[in-house]
Amino acid sequence: MRLVVDLNRCQGYAQCAFLAPDVFAMHGEESLLYNPHADEAQREQVRRAATACPVQAILVEYPQEAPAAVEEGLSGVR
Amino acid sequence: MSGDHALEWLRREGRIVIVGASLAGLRAAETLRKEGFAGSLTLIGDEPHEPYDRPPLSKQVLLGHASADHTELPRRRGLDAQWRLGVAATGLDMAARRVRLADGDEVEYDRLLITTGVRARPWPHPAEAELDGVFVLRTRDDAARLHRRLAASPRRVLVIGAGFTGSEIASACRERGLPVTVAERGAAPLVGALGGVIGQVAAELQRAHGVDLRCGIMVTGLEGDSAGRLRRAHLSDGTTLDTDVAVVSLGATRNTEWLAGSGVGAGPRGIACDAGCRAFDIRGIVTDDIFVAGDVARSPHAIFGYQFLSLEHWGNAVAQAETAAHNMISSSSERRPHLWVPAFWSSQFGVNIKSVGVPSLGEEVIVAQGSLADHRFTGVYGYQGRVIAAVSFDQTKWLEFYQRQIETAAPFPPEYSSVDRRPEGLRPVPADFPDPSLPTHGPSVTVSGYSPTDQRITFTPARA
Repeated sequence: MRLVVDLNRCQGYAQCAFLAPDVFAMHGEESLLYNPHADEAQREQVRRAATACPVQAILVEYPQEAPAAVEEGLSGVR
Repeated sequence: MSGDHALEWLRREGRIVIVGASLAGLRAAETLRKEGFAGSLTLIGDEPHEPYDRPPLSKQVLLGHASADHTELPRRRGLDAQWRLGVAATGLDMAARRVRLADGDEVEYDRLLITTGVRARPWPHPAEAELDGVFVLRTRDDAARLHRRLAASPRRVLVIGAGFTGSEIASACRERGLPVTVAERGAAPLVGALGGVIGQVAAELQRAHGVDLRCGIMVTGLEGDSAGRLRRAHLSDGTTLDTDVAVVSLGATRNTEWLAGSGVGAGPRGIACDAGCRAFDIRGIVTDDIFVAGDVARSPHAIFGYQFLSLEHWGNAVAQAETAAHNMISSSSERRPHLWVPAFWSSQFGVNIKSVGVPSLGEEVIVAQGSLADHRFTGVYGYQGRVIAAVSFDQTKWLEFYQRQIETAAPFPPEYSSVDRRPEGLRPVPADFPDPSLPTHGPSVTVSGYSPTDQRITFTPARA
């Protein structure tokens, strides 16, 4: 599945790195590196990570599901 | 037909064409559908790929944590659009409202959005740029090629230019254990974006991670062997460097050539538009059916003295695309200005660098929190007695506060006390940006002698 993190919004809480460590990893103390193409086997972990993100910076497109209702764009406009 | 009816018709069955199928084009298309546009939607892109994300290309992809072929952007919704990918737009007829394509086809529009972005500035010497081992990094194909070469363990990588992309490439190379030389003509890495004070911290970071950083140096030539493979670089201090990979990271050029002669106010500095994203024509009159967003746009920003800003920022592309799309299908009273506060991030040498505002407007900088020596701090930039920007190294959490300071034109230097304020940060110091009135490119050439036959030209490579 495809995903993108709005790294303007990301504050390095690292919840995603705990919940889906195969997809999200902290690099240094605050930088987040992630795989923009997560394996299908990671679907539930990615969903939990996206849900748990305190600043809701993770946008995921799940195959075979209607696009998530992301009404306010991940534009960094807070 | 009254204006209201025309707008209703447009929203119901009009034709919108978006030239540029990357981040801004995609997010604009989604916004149009979200706001109820039901007409025909066409996206035209010169690359054969559907919209993909670029920030990972200089980080995760070079490190091998992600594949260059799999950075497609997630969609927010279905688009019901026609995609013309792998075919560049080559011309625009404003009067007939038609876009010409490289394959000879023409596409008619009622509203046009231009999101053609930028491309990597190539190495200026074409024959040298063709050498095997000379790279740029902008597209996913560039990233795939560079990643393959790095994975083959070159003896040394030369990064030409220490802006954000060049610095991130150097960081990835060091993390892969590759010897890296960075040649930067300025006094420090990131100096154009963040100034010399912060640039010195970036220089320390590079050297602490084993980068052979050479500032005040230009690469004057790239030399190949008989098989056309890069083997050596010539530097402006007269030395040479043996290297088999050179990554040219000299910034970007705006993709506006296809608009030459169209009448749109487009040139090397981008496409001028109003704060509502409507393009200016060459007479300085704003158009009502051509909109611009993303890296290719230059628009006046109210918070920054109505200066025309060109921002090659991921967040700007998204926010401006959303505003442009909204305005394209709204009446004048419902239109919104693009008021996004500039923000960007970079990840290099394990440090998270983030910024809000426009640091390059800053006259002075103060270390409001943390310490430069620790490489963990928040620097606040002042311009004419107000806060104009802030940058953080591994201190993201404070930036939102400074964004509010910028938006409210808070006084500079800051009058409040803050957490982790150190004695060294009590006074503002000059931010030390390069003087924009001085040429930064090219050598100094002096001519001596009087008669044409006596004249001698002396060529002095530029120094920072």
